[in-house]
Amino acid sequence: MLTTTNLRAWLDCLHGRLVQEKDQLNALDTAIGDADHGSNLLRGFQKVQEKLHDNDPPDIPALCKLVGMTLISTVGGASGPLYGTFFLEVGKSIAAGSTAVAPESFATALAAGLRGIQRLGKAELGDKTMVDALSPAIDALLANQSPATAAQAARAGLAATIPLVARKGRASYLGERSRGHADPGAASAALLFDCLATATPSS
Amino acid sequence: MKALVNAPENVVAEALEGMALAYPELLHVETEPRFLRRSDAPRRGKVALVSGGGSGHEPLHGGFVGSGMLDAACPGEVFTSPTPDQILAAAQAVNGGAGVLLIVKNYTGDVLNFQLAAELLAAADIPTETVLVDDDVAVTDSLYTAGRRGVGATVLIEKICGAAAEAGKSLADVARIGREVNAAARSMGLALTPCTNPQAGQPSFQLGEQEIEFGIGIHGEPGRSRIPLAKADTLTEMLLTPILADLPFRSGDTVLLFVDGLGATPLLELYIVYRAATRIAEQHGLRISRRLVGSYMTSLDMAGVAITLLRMQEDWLGYWDAPVRTPALSWGATPC
Repeated sequence: MLTTTNLRAWLDCLHGRLVQEKDQLNALDTAIGDADHGSNLLRGFQKVQEKLHDNDPPDIPALCKLVGMTLISTVGGASGPLYGTFFLEVGKSIAAGSTAVAPESFATALAAGLRGIQRLGKAELGDKTMVDALSPAIDALLANQSPATAAQAARAGLAATIPLVARKGRASYLGERSRGHADPGAASAALLFDCLATATPSS
Repeated sequence: MKALVNAPENVVAEALEGMALAYPELLHVETEPRFLRRSDAPRRGKVALVSGGGSGHEPLHGGFVGSGMLDAACPGEVFTSPTPDQILAAAQAVNGGAGVLLIVKNYTGDVLNFQLAAELLAAADIPTETVLVDDDVAVTDSLYTAGRRGVGATVLIEKICGAAAEAGKSLADVARIGREVNAAARSMGLALTPCTNPQAGQPSFQLGEQEIEFGIGIHGEPGRSRIPLAKADTLTEMLLTPILADLPFRSGDTVLLFVDGLGATPLLELYIVYRAATRIAEQHGLRISRRLVGSYMTSLDMAGVAITLLRMQEDWLGYWDAPVRTPALSWGATPC
């Protein structure tokens, strides 16, 4: 079972990794974007930490909603609405009042989050976006694989973005010149699953 | 990099405070959430114009807040779109009962945040229309990209729609005019140097002494190709050729010619480009009826230029000439 405590550990881990890896994400974004993906996400997850210091959401849906709304109102760019919608949709997919959720139900909720991202951003697998890391990782969880395996799938998805030509977002303006660079959104999505593996008990 | 900065994380906040102090009669700056609004907003019965986008393009958009142009502008962090709560608060603050027109440049972040804001405005029963600006001909393959970027036409749309709103046009009419202006405008830019986001501290790309980046966007993102530097006349022709072919502009068309500096290019050079552009336009049989030369939509400290050509319609001439009083554009209006 995943508990509210696991999910808060997930968010703590994400914040910590973003502090450490902000500059690396910015550097990836410098190559094919505008050099601020790490700074923007860190601003959002920093605010999440501050809100969680002052609030104690009673259940998992409330926690996810707080994270989603905070990201939407602090991150900006495309990643704010996309990651914000992800957490909002995950929260909506879990029954109100739940303080623990079975891994299968959590995988289903993450899949709903991914659908929210795709509805808003209209990206498909292979467009060189965060979807390329999120999708294989969530598929692994849906197939009852461990969070660690899902994290590996996200890393493989990230690596697979390197040879691709971007078709969505600001990198798409570079056309062929976007080839040879990893997608910053896929890199932050891989962090999401690294931290999920850290924060959840392996079954 | 050398810059007049106190703390990189405070550049937007401190610049907005400075604007508020410099133009107390024209605009107010709200901080939670962050937006600028006309000091006399809301204007009862007038369609309210709200735009916004990443900071670093000054004077766009905050410099166009005032009578005859925008009612409110929502600045994001440098090169980062504003968030939906900023846009919602700005729209609610300036809505005078005739609805709100959102003017949005076509970048994924801007589109998504304004889309979420428009949903919130709909939920709050505020009639809202959106004009999406996408005039950049440097992006050729719209099918496999996020589509053409919104560049110089944004300034022209904000002026023309601003005047139409002042003239009492309905929300539907102002939105239609905005879309028609966008559809009749084409732009292309080039960079002589990269720009440096103060929060990143390093240039967005490297360019050799004799290299330029052609087909540049306004966020320091590299353009479509890197080419050798050439004379101003040659580069102006390289910018105008795809613009002319794209609409296409035809002999006999009446146009507005906008030569925009990207931040660090002196007016001396912009006039040289304007001179070359008028010659090329006239060779194509175009009649330049209105013009704008200066740095109105910039990319921080980037040196470079962008050209926008707009095929004018008769009623837009009057809207262009109508009084405007904002920090960055001001004519025909009596000081208040």
